[in-house]
Amino acid sequence: MIEVKDLHKAFGDVRAVDGVGFTARDGEITGLLGPNGAGKTTTLRMLYTLMTPDRGQVLVDGIDAAVDPLAVRRRLGVLPDARGLYKRLTARENIDYFARLQGLPDDEVRERREALVQALDMGDIADRRTEGFSQGQRVKTAIARALIHDPGNVILDEPTNGLDVMATRALRQFMLKLRAEGRCVLFSSHIMQEVGALCDRIVVIARGRVVADETPDALRAQTGEANLEDAFVKIIGSDEGLAA
Amino acid sequence: MNVIKPTRVRRSRAFVTVFLKEVRENLRDRRTLISAFVTGPLLTPLIFVMLISVSIHRQLDKAEQPLKVPVIGAQYAPNLIDALKAGGIVPQPAIADPEKAVREQEADLVLRLSAEYPKAWRQGEPVQVEMIYDSSQRDAGGSVDRVNQLVQSYARQQGVMRLVARGLSPGTAWPVQVARRDQATAESRAVLLFNMLPYLFVLTIFIGGMYLAIDLTAGERERQSLEPLFANPVPRWKILLGKLAAICAFSTASLLICLLAFSLVGRFLPTDKLGMEINLGWHFAANVLLLQWPMIVLLAALQSLVAAFAKSYREAQTYLSLLMMLPILPSIMLMVMPIKPQEWMYAVPLLGQHLGIIDLLRGTGVAPMHMLLCLAGTAAAALVAVAIGMQLYRSERLAISG
Repeated sequence: MIEVKDLHKAFGDVRAVDGVGFTARDGEITGLLGPNGAGKTTTLRMLYTLMTPDRGQVLVDGIDAAVDPLAVRRRLGVLPDARGLYKRLTARENIDYFARLQGLPDDEVRERREALVQALDMGDIADRRTEGFSQGQRVKTAIARALIHDPGNVILDEPTNGLDVMATRALRQFMLKLRAEGRCVLFSSHIMQEVGALCDRIVVIARGRVVADETPDALRAQTGEANLEDAFVKIIGSDEGLAA
Repeated sequence: MNVIKPTRVRRSRAFVTVFLKEVRENLRDRRTLISAFVTGPLLTPLIFVMLISVSIHRQLDKAEQPLKVPVIGAQYAPNLIDALKAGGIVPQPAIADPEKAVREQEADLVLRLSAEYPKAWRQGEPVQVEMIYDSSQRDAGGSVDRVNQLVQSYARQQGVMRLVARGLSPGTAWPVQVARRDQATAESRAVLLFNMLPYLFVLTIFIGGMYLAIDLTAGERERQSLEPLFANPVPRWKILLGKLAAICAFSTASLLICLLAFSLVGRFLPTDKLGMEINLGWHFAANVLLLQWPMIVLLAALQSLVAAFAKSYREAQTYLSLLMMLPILPSIMLMVMPIKPQEWMYAVPLLGQHLGIIDLLRGTGVAPMHMLLCLAGTAAAALVAVAIGMQLYRSERLAISG
């Protein structure tokens, strides 16, 4: 479970995150929806302790990120916005590197890695060097290495960015599988259709603040719009930066 | 995967993991390999040996090769000509205008004997041998000295014979004699030639680690892999240390290859022909390695620092090639103003290594006190650089590429 309380982060005069708070529960998919530049990536970066908040608190499974960042990172599987692979290593070697950094013993590494290779359907590319991988193959590898330590909480920053239709579908199936396994899945997106189709709960962020935190049905009811897209536009106050 | 196990606190060997991964990855990069194991460590010994061989051979050639000198009036002094021939001079036929020939560089020098020579010689009077040359000509100096010396020694020899024939001691004609006592040992003469060697070693270390240093900070950020790496439950300073160790491994390998090349190639240097002795064997290599190990760490840390400040791979490359100029300073400084080495200088990074290697070449060995100063001084600087690097790695902006 991920609890975020009143996060603030400013870069110079720009208040990128200005009082964001929400809870992402185990066994649910929570969507962080907002236009480009709303503060989604900065919020997530504070969750996985890459950045320190100016104010506010992050709790992962009850552990304060400011107190024990290493324990928090151990409980998180993260697919950041930046998802560069080591191109001179094979996909398997890329995954193994992160497994060792997580401190997994060798037999466990093998077992988990092969399970993930199968679950993500990447058996044919696993022993190829990642140089020249397609966007979809890269995302699969990045997800596999992020989940190698079997984390209870999964953070995905715009996971479907740049993927084609088939890869997107496969990824959505995979996220549903993670939910079925009882994990807490938190992902960000600026694509309404995607959020609406997957999420148990939607947190809408605009201009660094949370403007809505509801189930998709409640959102529709709250705004009086039957169509989610219209509901979002109404909440955010403009349709700038959103994609259908 | 279906059951979420409570995450145990696992012991992570982050340092070793990062080190092994960086080494493995970079062993697969052809450019890094070539610069660390071929061009960096081998090019410098080759160029160095070529330069030295050429300069040695030039000097040897001049001393041994027959020297062609046009002689005017050779028929007047057959004995003198014989003496010159014995000294390797090949007399050439007379030429019409010796002054013009010398000015136009058709001849280095021309000898002229006057027709009065045989008469004056027979009467025991001083005779004149004219040497026509142009001292502003670069190459003429050696030839002029050589002919001059041959003529002088012939003159002295004849003078001695005349004195003896008159029943006088030869000593009366030379009341004062200069006896030269050169204190330079064969090794210390070689040092003049080998003054560039310390810089070449530092350069080799620098080039050996350079591509790794760029790749491991600026490169990793540019490829957007630093952020996911930092999402792992590993303190950043451990990651930095692993990376530094990988850089050090490559630059150490570079230096080893370079030293090996020097020890092999040093045997083929004709230094003994110039009365020099230079020992680039195992003892020398081991001492250089000992002197340089804190320098290896210092350079790795400095390179990483510079690369971490750069916004991109290319920018890091530019900064690092500027940094490469730094190690040449002590060598140049000592060349233009040959100061007497002071104790404290050994504690200055780069300068200490330079002086230590010169001591080794001189054949005196590095005094234990000097070795200690050199190691301690550079190690302290390396520690500071690593500490700054660790601090820099804690910065938020370091990981973010966008």
